[in-house]
Amino acid sequence: MRDFDYIRPATIPDAIAAAAEPGSAYLAGGTNLLDLMKGGITSPERIVDISRLPELNRIERLDDGGLRIGALVRNADLAYDPAFAKSYPAVAEALLSGASAQLRNAATVGGNLLQRTRCSYFYDTASACNRREPGAGCDALEGENRLHAVLGWSDACIATHPSDFCVPLVALDAVVEIEGKKGRRHVTLEEFHRLPGETPQRENALEPGDLIVAVRLPAEAASFSANARYLKVRERTSYAFAVVSAAAALVVDGGKIRAARLALGGVAAKPWRARTAEAVLLGANANEVTFASAAEAALADASPSGDNAFKIELARRIVVRALMSAQAGTPERLPALPASPFSNIPGARHDA
Amino acid sequence: MTLELSLNQQPAHARQGSSIGQPLTRRDGFLKVTGAARYAADNHPPGMLYAVLAVSSIARGRVAALDIEAAKAHQGVVEVMTPKNRPALAADPDAKDHPFMFRLDLLQNDQVRYPNQSIAVVIAETLEAATEGAALLSPRYEVLPARVGLDGAESFVPRGVGVGGPAVQHKGDVEAGLKSAKTRIEATYETPAQYHNAMEPHAIVVAWDGDTLSIDTPSQGLAMAQGRIAGLFGIAPENVHIRSPFLGGGFGSKGMISGPQVLGILAARLVGRPVKLVLRREQMYGPVGHRAPTRQTLRMGMDGEGRLTALDHHAKTASSTFDDFFEPAADASHTLYASPAIATSHDAVRLDTGTPLFMRAPGEATGSIALESAIDEAAHACGMDPLEFRLRNYAEVEPMTGKPFSSKALRECYRQAAETFGWASRPLQPRLMRDADGFLTGWGMGTATFPALMFQAEARAVLRADGSGLMETGAQDMGQGAWTAFAQIAADGLGLDIDQVDFRAGSSDLPNAGIAGGSGHTATAGMAIHNAGAAVIARLADLATGNEASPLFGAGNEGVLARGGRLYRRDDESRGESYAEILTRAGLSEIEGHGKGAPDPASQETYAKHAHGAVFAEVKVDPDFGQIRVTRLVGAFAAGRIINPRLVRSQYYGGMIWGVSFALNEEAITDRRSGRIQNANLAEYHVPVNADVPSVEALLVHEDDPHVNALGIKGVGEIGITGTAGAVANAVWHATGVRPRRFPIRIEDLLG
Repeated sequence: MRDFDYIRPATIPDAIAAAAEPGSAYLAGGTNLLDLMKGGITSPERIVDISRLPELNRIERLDDGGLRIGALVRNADLAYDPAFAKSYPAVAEALLSGASAQLRNAATVGGNLLQRTRCSYFYDTASACNRREPGAGCDALEGENRLHAVLGWSDACIATHPSDFCVPLVALDAVVEIEGKKGRRHVTLEEFHRLPGETPQRENALEPGDLIVAVRLPAEAASFSANARYLKVRERTSYAFAVVSAAAALVVDGGKIRAARLALGGVAAKPWRARTAEAVLLGANANEVTFASAAEAALADASPSGDNAFKIELARRIVVRALMSAQAGTPERLPALPASPFSNIPGARHDA
Repeated sequence: MTLELSLNQQPAHARQGSSIGQPLTRRDGFLKVTGAARYAADNHPPGMLYAVLAVSSIARGRVAALDIEAAKAHQGVVEVMTPKNRPALAADPDAKDHPFMFRLDLLQNDQVRYPNQSIAVVIAETLEAATEGAALLSPRYEVLPARVGLDGAESFVPRGVGVGGPAVQHKGDVEAGLKSAKTRIEATYETPAQYHNAMEPHAIVVAWDGDTLSIDTPSQGLAMAQGRIAGLFGIAPENVHIRSPFLGGGFGSKGMISGPQVLGILAARLVGRPVKLVLRREQMYGPVGHRAPTRQTLRMGMDGEGRLTALDHHAKTASSTFDDFFEPAADASHTLYASPAIATSHDAVRLDTGTPLFMRAPGEATGSIALESAIDEAAHACGMDPLEFRLRNYAEVEPMTGKPFSSKALRECYRQAAETFGWASRPLQPRLMRDADGFLTGWGMGTATFPALMFQAEARAVLRADGSGLMETGAQDMGQGAWTAFAQIAADGLGLDIDQVDFRAGSSDLPNAGIAGGSGHTATAGMAIHNAGAAVIARLADLATGNEASPLFGAGNEGVLARGGRLYRRDDESRGESYAEILTRAGLSEIEGHGKGAPDPASQETYAKHAHGAVFAEVKVDPDFGQIRVTRLVGAFAAGRIINPRLVRSQYYGGMIWGVSFALNEEAITDRRSGRIQNANLAEYHVPVNADVPSVEALLVHEDDPHVNALGIKGVGEIGITGTAGAVANAVWHATGVRPRRFPIRIEDLLG
């Protein structure tokens, strides 16, 4: 077999010291990393297993009204935490719409942020991929790319970020708490993921050794709890990545939008915060006309990167529907088919 | 092996008389749910090594270099098998002695003719070492341009399609029929390449002992595999012992022994130790068969009453560059709808792919989705209800041949399924139904049909002096329930309670049970079992009726019944005696009888033999997003005698879910330049998940068929996919007004 060092640090500083060495990779849930290693897409020389660091698996209410989610909290545990789901229903819905029950039981919050694109050319080591091998070229550009990016792509890379979880998180101004050699720092999730530009291999703000220790939601994130939804269009009902998804959160008062959050998934190399659309929404009447204008604004800069022009129109429609759903109000109970357009169909099983 | 014993640990079921027709649960179910069922890769003979394939990442060219030294230097690697050191074979793997002998890639040279072709085998002490050794080979290639897609090469008319049927057939004058028609339609439908994706990958565990071979590998056709292996290695077939008690799905991909399985045998030969070779999921996209893409054009003409005046079905498909298998899609139009003029034709291209093979109703499924879509278009063009249109064009005799059907309860299938579904209230026009949540709702239907095939099989029956029985046939259970259904036929054939019968199957040292394919296994091996039972009972009856000491003396064979372990006089059931008494008196510890199952040539000539069904589907479509959800499926099927309604219903469910998968999910996405499949994994090669499987109802329509075989069995394994895929497509049209013309149906096709 291909040997690698396996280190199980007892403390966060030990972990950071170990992972700062070149060729290191953190292992948490392993739901993405192990596949990448088996496929030869990545070959770390040193695995730093942080999965048993005790202080990283807590969900804490902060004094300022915010929430701090430890990086090792499992997706399923977070989604099924009643207090969490009540305050951040769109996040819980997004979590439960992702992957499969088995994967959600293993996958972690920190790992979700760091999951790699599902671009098939990234996984196919016989193909050229600038993300996998800088300077190699991008075989997706002229390839099978109907599900690739329509926003923020470059000729170097047209891949998308696959996370569902990150979409409502970025809408709600989540902050990534990072510990590194120089101590602890906070980076907004919006700034955490990078667009490809000329350097698609630089996917995020992490430096060697940096460890995501927590994700924070600010106090105001919970103020949307009555009107927050995640909507995900995909090609089968479970265990499929989004073709396009959207998280929408509103505060509506007397028919006027007092606060609005909107983000898109499956459209770019990062979870896409639609700030221009939010500006359209703010102060406007909460109705379909406004939502359509917001959708236009959200996709104003979109362009197809291949056989995927349909995703732009689809994204507009999803934005409108997500906003309508948010306006209609968060459902009393999490839908049986979370985030599905068909979530209301009776008889659908909860954990599908 | 304790298999037989375990299989008899089934609690007795309350039943009376016949085992056939009883809804027994699977006799192997306990083994499977507890994990005790031993699949091929679960075997670990002492001293076993692990073999891992290195496969080509190019579609066409040659292997210029392999870093064999690096692989061999890796700790744990024992040997690297390449064309240079691969043990000699007695037969050329590129030879094709008959149409069912498919060419294999067995490292015969350095040529690459499709992606994922085996280019070397690394054998090591551990799976991990062999895996890394294969990676270290770092092949270099001389690459030639790949021929990809149905427009990727020059087309030609193949000599034969499917199992060798003519590529072009016609009756009547299609052009004249179209010309005389009041209404005409023409439409082209595309279906993609699909891969079998059985849960259990092809796996083999091999041990050589001199010139004899002991093999654990999943096989849908043990005797064929045995013969093929024996031929390749120049040894007697009886020296090849294959055990295949369970398959984790086959779907046609385990019908023939595949190249990688033979490479496992070669690897064991090379290193002189037992070897295990298991394909990785992505390695199943190439050397073990697939369903080729098709592009089908249908033209239909109808008179003023909606009767077909002409039906023309053309299918373009693909095979590999080096072997012949042509998906006989257009042949679906031979058997279903009456028309004075029918023409079917095929052409094909040769692509740099593995050779396509039999997969889940090969030809029938692809042809059905196009034909049923076109019939729906034709009905709409005539302003008719699709069911009424199908009844108007109901075939009283097989349309292409004019032969009478051996039996055909399709009208009853239509009636029962339509009634259960509630079809009568369907509006004729599309896009008129919405549910309370605003989803577009559509109802569609399709006719299902599949030929009632039989192959050749043998069985051996034994009655023992202790009153028990034994039935042996090398049948294959790939999940369909062979262990149970055949034991039921055996019990009735032997006149015993099922728990008194030791039923043995799944091994090549048993009588040849033929292939578990073509939906013909139950009919074929079932008839062999039935006949073997009859043969041994006849011997037993001879012993009794010829012996003055027996109460059956003088009754003659015709006058004796076998039931519950006893023979009775037919004319006086109070007179009888047990098998044990008869055998004990005769001083015999056991007697045996042999039986065969095969199609009857005379009735083959006379009758068209098909199972039939009708499938109704309801879908909901999000009007803005084009996302589709199948919410209801109702199928009614008539397939002759039903051996076990529980298992048969499960087969229909499975087939109908295949149909949903065909219409909405399955597609191998092939890079148009490299020819590599981009979604060679179960995350991205989509099949329905549980949440996609709707409410499914399968109605068993009674049908007596005196002609197919003595038991009246047709087949049920594949018919469910036919009809269903088209029904889903037609329901999508009815919901949206958009006619799906390529499959799987995509969101972008419905966005409008």
